[in-house]
Amino acid sequence: MNIGEKKEMICINCPIGCVVTAEKTADGFIVTGNTCPRGEKYAISELTHPTRTLTTTVRVANREGAYLPVKTSAPISKEKLFDAMKALSTVTVNAPVEQGDVVLPAVCGESDIIATGSIK
Amino acid sequence: MNYDVAVIGAGVTGGLTAAALARYRLGVCIVEAGADVALGATKANSAIVHGGYDPVPETLKAKLNVKGAAMMADLCRRLDVHYKNNGSMVVAFDEEQLEHVKMLYERGKTNGVPEISVITGDEARRLEPALSKNVVGALLCKSSGIVCPYDLTIAAVGNAMDNGTDLVCNFRVTSISDDGEFYTLRSEGGDEIKAKYIVNAAGLGSDEVARLYGDDYHLVAKKGEYMLLDKSEGGLVSRTIFQTPTKAGKGILVTPTVDGNLLVGPTSEKTERDDKTTTLEGLDTIKAKASLSVDGINYRAVITSFAGLRSSFEESEDFVLEISKHSPRAVNAIGIDSPGLSSSPAIAEYIVNLLKDAGLGLEENPEYVGTRISCKHFRTLSDAEKNEMIKNDPSYGRVICRCETVTEGEILSAIRQNPKATTTDGIKRRTRAGMGRCQAGFCTPFVTELIAKELGIAENQVTKTGGGSRLLLGKRK
Amino acid sequence: MKKCDIAIIGGGPAGMAAAVSAYDNGVKNILIIERDEGLGGILRQCIHNGFGLHRFGEELTGPEYADRYKKMVLEREIPYIVKTMVLGIEQGENGRHTVTAMNSESGVFTIDAGAVVLAMGCRERSRGQLNIPGERPAGVYTAGTAQRFINIKGEMPGKNVVILGSGDIGLIMARRMTLEGANVKVVCELMPYSGGLNRNIVQCLNDFDIPLRLSHTVSKIHGKERVEGVTVSEVDEHLRVIPEKSEYIECDTLLLSCGLLPENELTKGAGIELDRVTGGATVNQNRRTEQTGVYSCGNVLHVHDLVDYVSEEAELAGKSAAEFVKAGCKEPEYVRRLAVIATGGVRYTVPQRVDVTENPDDIKIYFRVGAVMENVRVRVSCGEKELLLQKKRKVAPGEMEFVRIKGEQLTECDGDITVEIVK
Repeated sequence: MNIGEKKEMICINCPIGCVVTAEKTADGFIVTGNTCPRGEKYAISELTHPTRTLTTTVRVANREGAYLPVKTSAPISKEKLFDAMKALSTVTVNAPVEQGDVVLPAVCGESDIIATGSIK
Repeated sequence: MNYDVAVIGAGVTGGLTAAALARYRLGVCIVEAGADVALGATKANSAIVHGGYDPVPETLKAKLNVKGAAMMADLCRRLDVHYKNNGSMVVAFDEEQLEHVKMLYERGKTNGVPEISVITGDEARRLEPALSKNVVGALLCKSSGIVCPYDLTIAAVGNAMDNGTDLVCNFRVTSISDDGEFYTLRSEGGDEIKAKYIVNAAGLGSDEVARLYGDDYHLVAKKGEYMLLDKSEGGLVSRTIFQTPTKAGKGILVTPTVDGNLLVGPTSEKTERDDKTTTLEGLDTIKAKASLSVDGINYRAVITSFAGLRSSFEESEDFVLEISKHSPRAVNAIGIDSPGLSSSPAIAEYIVNLLKDAGLGLEENPEYVGTRISCKHFRTLSDAEKNEMIKNDPSYGRVICRCETVTEGEILSAIRQNPKATTTDGIKRRTRAGMGRCQAGFCTPFVTELIAKELGIAENQVTKTGGGSRLLLGKRK
Repeated sequence: MKKCDIAIIGGGPAGMAAAVSAYDNGVKNILIIERDEGLGGILRQCIHNGFGLHRFGEELTGPEYADRYKKMVLEREIPYIVKTMVLGIEQGENGRHTVTAMNSESGVFTIDAGAVVLAMGCRERSRGQLNIPGERPAGVYTAGTAQRFINIKGEMPGKNVVILGSGDIGLIMARRMTLEGANVKVVCELMPYSGGLNRNIVQCLNDFDIPLRLSHTVSKIHGKERVEGVTVSEVDEHLRVIPEKSEYIECDTLLLSCGLLPENELTKGAGIELDRVTGGATVNQNRRTEQTGVYSCGNVLHVHDLVDYVSEEAELAGKSAAEFVKAGCKEPEYVRRLAVIATGGVRYTVPQRVDVTENPDDIKIYFRVGAVMENVRVRVSCGEKELLLQKKRKVAPGEMEFVRIKGEQLTECDGDITVEIVK
């Protein structure tokens, strides 16, 4: 982005979905339209290093037909979503699993994949 | 395998014929092109057992309708099929239509239809308060009824199979040869079935089948579109409400179904033989016309719409039920359109007699069992009886389809009893799982799992209605 | 016959929150009746995140949100039964309620309850209800059914997908199926605006370059056995298909995300009147239906945008039921009944009526509008008297709004309360 250039986007942090505008300045961005500080953070991150939380499931090896819901413990780079899915396609877990257990550490060199459900 | 009789087509005509043949010591095989029974005209029609005042006197339609309707209640009791003698009305909106109604009354009298009368508009509205104020008079027929056509067919085929009849599905007959004693029926896939006699009850395909042994018939496909409303609307009318047939067509009927829904339709449109599409225009026509006779139809409560095909002759009106002119051991049942369902018990009897005339020996089978218990029987029981059943088989306590309250036990029974369900549509038609207001949204995954387990196949091999109708396209990566 | 003070029909987010709240308000003899295999309801298959920001101040996935409430139920040792279908609810002459249910262990049995909380949730609008013309092949699913297949069973319902309806579940499934390697070709929305949250348009469609076509619908389904394609058509301002503006799109799957319908068959069976607009019972500010001792909350009452609001409403219903039971199965002394009328762009309100006591509490009136409107004001009035005039930058049918009315204001009301949108 050039200095003075503006970008409008919808903040995805919460269901309100504020329309925020980020203007590039010499030393960063000026963000307007946000109703909370997270909106500013989101706008800047979206223009510099967009991230997303990934949620999916992995197979439970010792439970016929069962799948465990999982997520990234923190948002990962948006462009790595498909790589993370690929990495997870071969991952299986063994029950019992507790919610919060690490299923795969540092997926694509970023955050951990953790269980969001429990299987006895 | 060599059979005495091969019945081609597992619709209501073929199914009831097979059930009628099951009384005798015969080897019978039902040959069906589709993946299940009752997939043709039987699957999607008005589900009415007509009184018999509509057909022209002395025709087969007139005779067999009146006779078939009289047989229906008993047959359904035997086969554990829900039949309801709800009565019907043909309503007139003006004097000209009233004249037609009176003509139908006379015709009904000639045909021997019991319990018919002509009533005034006010009398009609007293009986059916939802009738439009524009109704000036009506033919009231107390002897007509409603029945589920595929339920009847499934039960009939099941009963025949319980008595030893074979059912071969996915067998589309592409050639028939005759060596003087046996016909050889060949399928697309090259499979063969031999039988001394054949009954051609192939519905819309019966003219094509007849051509295989030299008979020349030409059927046209007529499409009828319908809309089915939620059970909440089923009480709007208690009788079947017909409109007076005019030059513009037979009109749109409004009827409760035997399962408690409200059915409106059909349109009538000449079409291609494989065209079972519903159309925007068709559905709009139904809405506009149905509202002429009945007030307060709540179209917000439509749960599904569908189209059915019937086979008709363009030239002649009557059923063709005869021994083939070119092939002496083949019996034709061609052009069985309305009132085919109403006539079906009598048609079956008629066909058995034709087979006898053609030389088939009929010796009573002493082991014949004339009754069948439906997989839906559970829901007709008292709470105490249900509990007894659940104690013996806990799967009857687990509800799979919440809209229609269908239990796992009933679904398993549909997969295990004759004719065995192998598809989700097959389960639906046998048990009503998926036929309710959510239209299988909740129960599809559970029904799929039960079918896969029982048949020993992967869930993603389960189909909706056979062939390429797979529900799932593979495991996720 | 089993006996309890409060029977809660449904163990999803609404049922669990109602149970916890009833317990915390002093009634311990509760029974939750759930038809699925465990507590949690539809959240069990909603593996995506975005739940709980209001309730817990953090972003949770569906299973995590459900587990929070499940823990609360377990900590309090609130009894619950699963794999049990409620078949009917009936009020006896003594005012108590007989709940008839069935399961594999006990067969058909009855529960005698002082109060009943209805928390059965909702179902999705099906192809049949939408009356989409065409053939009837395999491959037409509601988004929720597809979600269950993928998330619970690990099966792909399709590979090349068209989605009709931009409800949140449809948007979530567009992303989910894309991540699983499917090709989501387009999302069509009949209305000129999206039915889902903006954040979901961004993170589920825009992130993956999935086009959203507003004012478009599926006008025909093609395919004899499996879906082979759909005709997508633009619609005019009366939502009628414009045949000339139609396009055939090849696909093997059509997902439907066209709205949710409260599952009120039990409610109707109990003889309780339903609101024609919401499809749920009509209730007062305590979420009491027209029948004494019967309360309704969550998506069975009216469809919510967020589970957080479901929980909030269920807590109110649970508390109300508890107070009813503690008062010896008696309602509070009401001095007046005020109808709440939705008008002027407001489609419906919940509650639909206010039963005013001598000392009324503050109430919240939830409502939904019929069209997208910007820079408007919500006006709440009683006759000539204006109770509230509140600015809204934007209101949309997809977003539930609410206003607060003070108890002392209610004391002064002696007629219908009107909620409307004014310029």
